[in-house]
Amino acid sequence: MSYQEKKNIVSLISTILIFGSYCGAVYVRYNDANLAGAELFRFWGAVILILIPVTIVAKVIIEIIFIIINRIATKEVEPSFADELDKLIELKAMRMSYFVFVLGFLLAMVSLVLRMTPSVMFVILIFSGFISDVASSVTRLYHYRKGV
Amino acid sequence: MGQSHISNHIRSLRFNHNEMTQQQLADQVGVTRQTIVAIEKGKYSPSLELAFRIARVFQMPLEDVFAYEEDPVQ
Repeated sequence: MSYQEKKNIVSLISTILIFGSYCGAVYVRYNDANLAGAELFRFWGAVILILIPVTIVAKVIIEIIFIIINRIATKEVEPSFADELDKLIELKAMRMSYFVFVLGFLLAMVSLVLRMTPSVMFVILIFSGFISDVASSVTRLYHYRKGV
Repeated sequence: MGQSHISNHIRSLRFNHNEMTQQQLADQVGVTRQTIVAIEKGKYSPSLELAFRIARVFQMPLEDVFAYEEDPVQ
């Protein structure tokens, strides 16, 4: 298995773990909270704004740990640059990621039209962000394994 | 993902050039080893520029390194 494949598997697992842990923590802490009106929007705004840096920091830490463990275990040095194949795969992954997120965004708007609660809209938005990240990793993994 | 229409003789050419490793070829043409692996397996058709760089390493014309194979269905 190549370095890029291993890196994407780690990225996929870390995305699922970080998002799952964060959602679990938010659910346990605010499950009983009875929020309405402006407070509800403030809550969801905070949930999204905190999720972004938490995800970035956790992913960076996990990637550093992966690089160290991989270097010790396989003596393999990570590529120091992205070549044309890497850039092409990255573009395909980004396109898939945007496509999935836009679908989720539209679904969130549909939930508002159908008079669902704002919480449903925010949950769909957050999940579409998560699914788009997973789709990006899966697309990269697929193209590294099967070719372009 | 289907196999590319472009085949190549890179593996045999490497062998005939002092058993050049994939990493050595990758370093000479400025890509990662993973990309050379993908090209050799027919999973990736390189850009024209990269194809010329690979051919230049082996000091051969492009068509002696790469070949375009027509789709049998067409």
